[in-house]
Amino acid sequence: MSQSLKIENLHATVDGIEILKGLTLEVPKGEVHAIMGPNGSGKSTLSKVMAGHEDYTVTAGSVMLDDINLLELEIDERSRAGFFLAFQYPHEIPGVSNANFLRAARQARLPKGEEVDAVAFYKEMYLKMDELGMDRKFTGRSVNEGFSGGEKKRNEILQMMMLEPKYAVLDETDSGLDIDALKVVAEGVNTMRSPERGFLIITHYQRLLDYIVPDVVHVMFDGRIIKTGGKDLALELEEKGYDWVTKELVPA
Amino acid sequence: MSIVLTPMEETITLEPTEVWLSNPPVTESDAATPIWYRELQEKSWERFKELPVPTRTNQHWRFADLKMIRFADLASAASASDSASLIARATANRPADFAAHFVFANNRLIHSEIVDLPAGAICLPLNEALAAHGDLVRGHFLQETQTLGGDKFAALHGAATLSGLFVHFPKGCVSEKPILVHHFSGGEGQLTFPHTLVVAEDNAAVSVVDVFESITVSEQTLTVGVVDLTADRGGRIQYVSLQNLSDNGAKHVQINNTRAGRDAAVKVGFINLGAAWVRNESLNRMTDTGADCQIFSANLANGIQEYDQRTLQSHEAQHTTSDLFFKNALYNKSRTIFSGLIHVKPGAHHTDSFQTCRNLLGSEEAEANSMPGLEIDADQVKCSHGSTSGQISDEEIFYLQARGIPADDARKIISLGFLNESIEKLEGDELKAYLFAAVERKFTHLDESA
Ligand SMILES: Nc1ncnc2c1ncn2[C@@H]1O[C@H](COP(=O)(O)OP(=O)(O)O)[C@@H](O)[C@H]1O
Ligand SMILES: [Mg+2]
Repeated sequence: MSQSLKIENLHATVDGIEILKGLTLEVPKGEVHAIMGPNGSGKSTLSKVMAGHEDYTVTAGSVMLDDINLLELEIDERSRAGFFLAFQYPHEIPGVSNANFLRAARQARLPKGEEVDAVAFYKEMYLKMDELGMDRKFTGRSVNEGFSGGEKKRNEILQMMMLEPKYAVLDETDSGLDIDALKVVAEGVNTMRSPERGFLIITHYQRLLDYIVPDVVHVMFDGRIIKTGGKDLALELEEKGYDWVTKELVPA
Repeated sequence: MSIVLTPMEETITLEPTEVWLSNPPVTESDAATPIWYRELQEKSWERFKELPVPTRTNQHWRFADLKMIRFADLASAASASDSASLIARATANRPADFAAHFVFANNRLIHSEIVDLPAGAICLPLNEALAAHGDLVRGHFLQETQTLGGDKFAALHGAATLSGLFVHFPKGCVSEKPILVHHFSGGEGQLTFPHTLVVAEDNAAVSVVDVFESITVSEQTLTVGVVDLTADRGGRIQYVSLQNLSDNGAKHVQINNTRAGRDAAVKVGFINLGAAWVRNESLNRMTDTGADCQIFSANLANGIQEYDQRTLQSHEAQHTTSDLFFKNALYNKSRTIFSGLIHVKPGAHHTDSFQTCRNLLGSEEAEANSMPGLEIDADQVKCSHGSTSGQISDEEIFYLQARGIPADDARKIISLGFLNESIEKLEGDELKAYLFAAVERKFTHLDESA
């Protein structure tokens, strides 16, 4: 049995324009990989293709979650199979409270006829909210509505903690966070690091990787991974800038 | 400055073929009624006979499906037979914290419980209140002469009502817990006339919830109800109507008249889930400085249900404020009509008045009609009105699905949230949870392909 999130030769288009151009990458269970790359290189596209967003058409390639072909599943089935995406821009759901939303997500994972144990659920949620420094009143507020950028990102991490995925992709969870919020979010991820779980951390800046130290760093440009290395690659990238990537790493 | 935006008159005339009542549908009562009340009944009956049957050429009935109202063979309801099971139904599923609970079946009181009413508060069925506090009732009972089109119904109500609750909170008398009132109706061709009369004197605060349910699922019944709300200086009233009648046969007319005095605050909520046809009229008058009226509605229509709502926010003094926030979620071939007018009367300067109607269309065959209107005859006024219709956004569904929630469930959760935005604006966590649960139950049984 495979034990990885494995993306092979992935091609995807949006409105007929090819954005992913043969992307290959494997995150073995237990590892944390980072993807860095300039804006517009297709990082969010990659994450949304994996989640199953309908704007994107996969024209070639595969995404395997252990032995499951992710691309054959419905959006909700992917999540229940153990895939999680923390969105770069989480959507607002007016009138739906955070607590009801999370409860519905947990309920969807139970066999028919079984109900979420409300008392245990709230206890667990409060505990995790405490870890993320989230005020209790968040449970009653509509999902992401009127949340600040940082609150939305914490909320994504709370969802990840409550749903305990096998593989989590975090799309620029660090953008827009001040240093304290960044530390809280990183702490949330670090406590979830385990031999049973893989992470793919998408980021534009090296800063986050000071707190979530990756096993492997990939550099993405124009829909492909153009370089892969250890955690020092992130530092090198920070130092030399993305010009270095585009000028020296991209084959002419 | 004066801006008038009223809908155009329709040219189609729909001549009613229905036979309207020929005898007053009087309910018997043991309690003696005062002379003024009997005179009012007679005058109302005369008026009922004189008034024309509404047609669609009347702008207040524009878009309405008047075929829905059939008066032939209607009669005032006879006593319901199985009171015990109705009482059990009413008490099984109620908010835990309430001040009092009254249950009416076919115009008659079948159950009452007073749990926690503040000293001085009067809370009596209308027929008893007429006997015991006739003069107090008289000053507030059916005083409104303006109408949003339902004058014939109001007259019929005046000729017949002896049902519903009289709630009088004297100066400074406050209860945050709601008074619950259930109204059951049943029996083929039966008419019910619930009246709710709420008075909050100076600085008093009271909350009343009317719940309308059918005794059985498929009987032709018609409710002709009127609600009179009066809040005096600094008084606060919250009134909620949860209409959950059978969608197979029940028709429901409810006319609300609100009068908010100096610095008074009134919140009104209409939740419509049931009935085949509903007509809500909500006339809200802010008669003195600082008065505030907030009117909310959450309606879930499916099948061939039709919800017709007409509102007036009437600003009659300076520094008055009001906010109207109506939401309709429509499925199948259901229809909704919203017609709302903000009227800022001459001299009502420094008024803030808002009006929003949002429609969520869950089916291509559903039809939502919105007719917002604005008439401003004062200065320094802040007003806005708007109505929108749309479908659930794909991005919202995607977000829920991405957390493992199947698409159908996601749609229901989002629609429920859409309606909940209106419920959330009411007071009382337990009450809101009760209303939310009622909407949620209807969603659980909603067959989108029906
Ligand atoms: N839904 C979309 N519709 C049209 N173009 C899109 C869409 N999503 C992404 N793109 C385009 O794809 C390219 C890559 O975008 P994105 O994946 O957001 O990059 P990154 O996350 O690396 O900044 C950009 O040129 C962007 O304009
Ligand atoms: Mg991006």
